[in-house]
This record gives sequence, structure tokens and C-alpha cells, in this order.
Amino acid sequence: METRTTSAMLYLDGVHVSFDGFHAINNLSLTIAPGEMRAIIGPNGAGKTTMMDIITGKTKPDEGDVLFDGSVDLTRLDETQIAELGIGRKFQKPTVFESQTVEDNLLLALNVDHRVRATLFWSESKSESEQIERVLETIRLQDSRGRLAGNLSHGQKQWLEIGMLLAQDPKLLLVDEPVAGMTDVETHQTAELLKEINKQKTVVVVEHDMTFVRELGVRVTCLHEGSVLAEGTLDQVSSNERVIEVYLGR
Amino acid sequence: MTPHFLTRSLDRSATIFLMVVAAVGVLLPLSNLLFPAGSVLHVPTYLIALFGKYVCYALLALSIDLIWGYCGILSLGHGAFFALGGYAMGMYLMRQIGSRGVYGNPILPDFMVFLNYKALPWYWHGFDHFWFAALMVLLVPGLLAFAFGWLAFRSRVTGVYLSIITQAMTYALLLAFFRNDFGFGGNNGLTDFKDILGFNVQAQGTRAVLFMLSCLALAVGFLICRAIVTSKLGKVLIAVRDAESRTRFLGYRVESYKLFVFTVSACMAGVAGALYVPQVGIINPGEFAPGNSIEAVIWVAVGGRGTLVGAALGAVVVNYAKTVFTSGPLAPYWLFMLGALFVLVTLLLPKGIVGTFQAWWAPWRAQRMAVPVPGDKDVSAVKPHMAE
Repeated sequence: METRTTSAMLYLDGVHVSFDGFHAINNLSLTIAPGEMRAIIGPNGAGKTTMMDIITGKTKPDEGDVLFDGSVDLTRLDETQIAELGIGRKFQKPTVFESQTVEDNLLLALNVDHRVRATLFWSESKSESEQIERVLETIRLQDSRGRLAGNLSHGQKQWLEIGMLLAQDPKLLLVDEPVAGMTDVETHQTAELLKEINKQKTVVVVEHDMTFVRELGVRVTCLHEGSVLAEGTLDQVSSNERVIEVYLGR
Repeated sequence: MTPHFLTRSLDRSATIFLMVVAAVGVLLPLSNLLFPAGSVLHVPTYLIALFGKYVCYALLALSIDLIWGYCGILSLGHGAFFALGGYAMGMYLMRQIGSRGVYGNPILPDFMVFLNYKALPWYWHGFDHFWFAALMVLLVPGLLAFAFGWLAFRSRVTGVYLSIITQAMTYALLLAFFRNDFGFGGNNGLTDFKDILGFNVQAQGTRAVLFMLSCLALAVGFLICRAIVTSKLGKVLIAVRDAESRTRFLGYRVESYKLFVFTVSACMAGVAGALYVPQVGIINPGEFAPGNSIEAVIWVAVGGRGTLVGAALGAVVVNYAKTVFTSGPLAPYWLFMLGALFVLVTLLLPKGIVGTFQAWWAPWRAQRMAVPVPGDKDVSAVKPHMAE
């Protein structure tokens, strides 16, 4: 049994990453508590997506600790292992399997045995279809279950991808710009949905839309040039001089 | 395998395809054997051998479509697996010649006597047994594909880089097999076959049976491919093709999936090569030529990637055209025609013959069966777009 070194769900300490001399992440330290929802804001190039890449194993940090669930060192694992641990990710640009149906997209995302043999000899089970049914209901795509994901509207694709996260049933959800390109109504619905999800799971949301962040009503971290510039409630952060200077504008 | 798997993999076009293969596989050899030469219903023996060749090519095309059309792995070296299967069969056929060779050596094939071999090289042992050769037909291409794929996919070599190293692989094998001291007959390859399982390979009856077996292998290969692509694993393969890193983030070990399907595909190509060799009567290093592998990819593109039926059809159509055009006054221009065909298909029929046909057919059929079922899958309405 490994010893728990932190009570945090996600713990980043002194993380550095540089690409060809450009310091994308610079001494980044961040702690997310279990059950928390955290919004990450910051200007373009602040390192928000790179941070997600590090957590999900796509990018290896040059230095620093990245711990999940108190004890697991994420820097030693690859994407597949990290996904299996229970970290799900929604991408900035909605990434669904466009040539497959909505239902099949969810089926692929389900948290089941992902090994070759199990998928080759897989056959439909009642509990799986019920789970898919519940997710379809949550993301309001019941009537589109048979449509190809590529034919969905932009907002529906965003929702489908959130649905895939739900089907994956992770402990920690990393959600990158979930409301980009959504109407006001859809944005509101998405905020409600994330709040609902947060009742059971830890969520990290990256978003530029301040109305949306305000609606979430959670602790906010502002990144700038690869490190934390400010952290606190949205009101505290948005009244911070430096944040106004580099991000919000006067 | 359960009946459930059969109902799942046999949709309409799959059933039609299997019926056509079965009909051709039975009727052609029967008309060759039962009707006397000169009868209108008689199919001459040379045509049986020619069509047998096409059927083997169709199986090779299927194996390429499985990895390219469904998983996005563009192998430009699949001819290598085909040739290795062919060599395994050729070695068996060489050992069957026995003392009937020009030099009359009961153990050593003619080329070994000629090259002053004192004894049979170790890797030729066992090939006097058919079962051993048959095993090698699957094992040699399969193991090579497994080793190659393990290294390539684990290092995440994809796209055009993977295509280039598959070309390098088949070219390296071409050079190796050209060498006299490699022990496979060098430049001349293996030929002058006499018997297979005691039957004369030249005999009309043997040719008819080989043709039937080729059709059977094509049907079985097709069923295996269908079973794979209609399973959940097939959905994962398409997911890998369309969004590889997304699939990883869902917790799938993408390299294992690629390795599985690449190895299955190589074994199928090996079987195709093994059936090809007794029908054409020779296997030489020319089969490893990079151009051959590229040609096979063109068959699949012409017939329609990701349709399986299209791959087999493309192989037959393009090779029939090759037979027609390379025997007439247009012969010197065949490669230009093939190149033009590839360019035209890519520009005008990106989905290939079968893919385009399906795209036309689907709306018409949907209209005909007008009553929409709520929640019914409309998969047929838009065909999957292909990543390269």
C-alpha cells in the first residue's frame, strides 16, 4: 500500500514544461480537493491546455510533482493508464467520433474492460444499455441516438462529449471550454449540468466565458505565463490588479 | 463463435457477396470439368488459373482494407506478407519434387545443387510436410507483422511515416531474397513445381480444386473481417482511425488494437500468397517489389476503402483491366493508365466504386421504405468519411 502524501484529489507542485526554450508551464502549483469544482481562467497562452496535457499524460513535465488521489504519480503513466485510473477529459475543440452514431460514441466511452479480447467478444448487456440511456437523458440527446455524431450541431457535439465523460464515470473530470460556441440557453444548461455532475465528482473547468464562470459560483484560479496569478472567489480574482491588467482588461 | 455473431456480420451486401463467391467458386470449376472443350458452357483451364489469381489478389485486398479502411493504417508493404506466405508454400512444393529435379538429388532442390549446397539449410527442415508448411504460411507473416507492429505502434509511428517504413520493410526483404546465399533460390525464386499433396499441380482437376479453395479462403477471410468490423472492436478501430488520441483518453490501449488487426491482416495476406503460388507456378523475389504493394493499395482505393466488398471487387476489376491492357498494343502504357486511374479515383470517386454506389443507393432506399422508425439508426444515410 502506497502512502498517501496529500489529501488532495489532484496535486501539482513546482511543475515546469518548456518547448524549445519556451516556458509553457513555469513553477505551477495547484491543489484540487476531492469533490471540488474549480474554474481555471487566463489569457491565451497562459498554459491552461498544457496543464491538462500534463495531467492526462499527453505531455511529460520537465520537473515537478503531479499526484492524483493522494498517491499516484501521474508523470510516470501514459494516457491510457491515466484514463483507466479515472481521469476523463473533454477537449477544447469538441472531439467525438464523427462517423459513428451518438449511441456508439457513448458505448465506446463506457467504463468497462478496454482490452482487445473483451471488446472483440463483447455483446450487449442490459446494464450497459441502461447506463447509456441515463446519459442520453442527461445530455438530452435521446432523439438523436441513431444520428451520426458528425451531423450534430456544435452545441450538441459539446454535450455529447460531456456525455462521453459521464459514461466514462471518472473520479476527476477535466473540461476544456465546454460552452465555446454555445447559445445563452445552452450555456446556462451546461452550467446546470456541470453543477449536477459536481455533486458526485471532482471537476476542473477551463473557460473564458465569465458569465458562465459566475454561474458556476466556484473557486477560480487565474493562470498567466504558466503559473498561478491569483486564486479565490470570482469577485476576489476579478478585482485583482494583475488579473485586470493581463486578462480582463480595464 | 455464436449464431449471434453471424447474424450481426451478415447484412445484405455481405450475404450477396458470399453468394457470388460461392456461385463462382462452384460453377466455374464444374463447367471446366464437366463440359468438353468446345462447348459454349466450357470454361478453359487457363481462365480458371487466371481467375484463381484474381481471387488470391482479392483476399490480399481484403487484408489491406481491414487495416487501412477501418483502422487507418496505410501499409505500403503488404505484398511482403503475401510473398512470405507464397515462399512457405513454394518451399513445400520444392520439397515435393524429390529426385525428379534436373540434378536428380532426392533432398536438395535444383538451385541448391547448382549453388554447391552440401546439405539442406536448417530453415528448410519440416517443409516436406504439408501441415508444417501450412502452419508457416500463417506463422511467418504473422510473426513478422507482430514484431514490426510491436515496434512501430508502440513508438507511435503513424501516417505517412508508417507507410514509408512498411515500404522499407518489403524492399529490405526483396534485396535479401535476391541473394543466392540466402537460400531461397535467389533471383529465380522457386519454380518447376510437380505435386501438391500427391496431385499434379498442372492437372485440370487440381487447378479446379485450387480455385475452389481460393474462393473458400476468400469467403472465410471475408467472414473474419466482417466479424471483426461489426464487433465492438470494429467500433474501436474506426475510433482509432478517426481520432486516435481521443481513443487513448477513453482508456483504450491503441497500440494493442493496431497490433491485433495488423497481425490478423498479415496472416490473411500470407494465406492469399500461399494459394497464389501453386496456381501461377512460381514465386520469386519480384513479389516483394514495393510497386506490388502499392498496386494492391490502389485496388482497395478503386473498389472503396472501408467496405470490404469493394476491396475484393477492386482487386478483380483492376487486375482484369491489367490482363486486358497488358496483352494488347497498349501494353507499354499500362503503368500510366494505372497511375491515371489512381489519380482519377482519388479526385472523382474518393469513396471508390462500392462507396459511391452505397452513397447513391442509401437515400433512394430510405425513400422507398418511407416509414421512419423513431430511434432507428440512420447509419446508411452518410457513409463514414475516411481518414487517410
